[in-house]
Amino acid sequence: MRAAGDLVARVQMARGMRIAEAKAYVAEKLSISVSELTDPVIMTEVRQDLQIGQIMPLPGCAKGIEAKFRQSEVLGLDINCVDRFRDRTAI
Amino acid sequence: MATILTRYGDGTPLTMSEKELMQDLEAGTQDAADRGNIPALSKEELAHLFDIFSLPYNFVSVEPGNEVVLTYDAGTLKIRRVGVNVDRIQALQIYEKIMGADTMELCHVDYSFKPIKPIVTMEQPILEQALLSTHVPLFYGAMPNLGTYTQPDGPFPNPSELMPMGDIEGARASYDATVEEAVKDIVYAARAMHASGADGINLDTVGAAGEADFKASLMAAAILKKEFPEICIEVGMAGEFILGMHGEMEWEGTRLAGLYPHEQVKLAEKAGVTIFGPVVNTNTSESSPWNLSRAITFMKACCDVATIPIHVNMGMGVGAVTVNDHPPVDVVSRASKAMVEICRLDGL
Repeated sequence: MRAAGDLVARVQMARGMRIAEAKAYVAEKLSISVSELTDPVIMTEVRQDLQIGQIMPLPGCAKGIEAKFRQSEVLGLDINCVDRFRDRTAI
Repeated sequence: MATILTRYGDGTPLTMSEKELMQDLEAGTQDAADRGNIPALSKEELAHLFDIFSLPYNFVSVEPGNEVVLTYDAGTLKIRRVGVNVDRIQALQIYEKIMGADTMELCHVDYSFKPIKPIVTMEQPILEQALLSTHVPLFYGAMPNLGTYTQPDGPFPNPSELMPMGDIEGARASYDATVEEAVKDIVYAARAMHASGADGINLDTVGAAGEADFKASLMAAAILKKEFPEICIEVGMAGEFILGMHGEMEWEGTRLAGLYPHEQVKLAEKAGVTIFGPVVNTNTSESSPWNLSRAITFMKACCDVATIPIHVNMGMGVGAVTVNDHPPVDVVSRASKAMVEICRLDGL
């Protein structure tokens, strides 16, 4: 979560992609290069801009399930708990 | 000639000459090649391992851009094991925010699906609450642990008692019966945790009780995948080959006893497993170079044939990591670097 490992893991888990393919997928969705995925400085800014969860939760930023709604949208993936939250809250 | 500082498989420090280092690397890969009937490492790959062990640094790593993701088994259990007195949701947050974990796994201290079944409704709200406050993908995990289904811990006659009495058929019948019950328990608990929003289900230490353990896991994975096509199932193995406790047990026409990782992964794929975690055991009386060369040979063969992500087990006693509660960073980092660079795997 200091960089983009959680996002790459999500793609592996959801789509069964091997590592190179999963990294390329995430990089394209975040509009950054593959080498920037593991840079904690760049990724902190990207995560802050996209509101997809960050190590230091600044006041007002998306946290927890809020951030996972954003992750689902940004990555174009269904996230199990996000779908269930949506159903249970009748959003 | 330079002296190489390394360790035995139990972690004891060891010094080797360059000649001894190369001899151990060659012997390690040959042992794996002979046992698994797989290709030994090439001269270039052995030279790369030689270079990794020759690096004078304590901690070594991969080049930027070659990093891989990490999945964990029993994380919330291990933080209590080391005496850190936090609740499980706090443990998940510590791993996520302080250790920077890519994924995490919620688990119960009694880490088997059989004891989870009667308390699954107590586990579900913990997972549901954890999912509200965390960001990384969360697995729910436990072991198939078919040893808990035989007497005195379970209902079926103990095959280890029947075998010495010569009751081979009775022992095999008992193994068959444990498979049936374990599948029911794994599927029951996994269905519940999937319904509560888990990002994945982890079947950990698969094969610990022999091929019945592996068969139950494959059968459960196949049932879950058919019922929930989107579900993520990770299978992490217990040992490098499937122990032949039964001897003739098959799944989908393949005899399970004696299968090595490059054969196990094909069955995992067939069952619908999403991520496969192969294991190579560490030999405590051989050197780290011997163990790593051997482990890489098995893992490379597995990665070469896999079509699903491979997360090699790298922990105490497996993946060439020393059999010691405090794995030294020099060995862990060299083993991790070599695994990523030579095997082209997808995670650890």
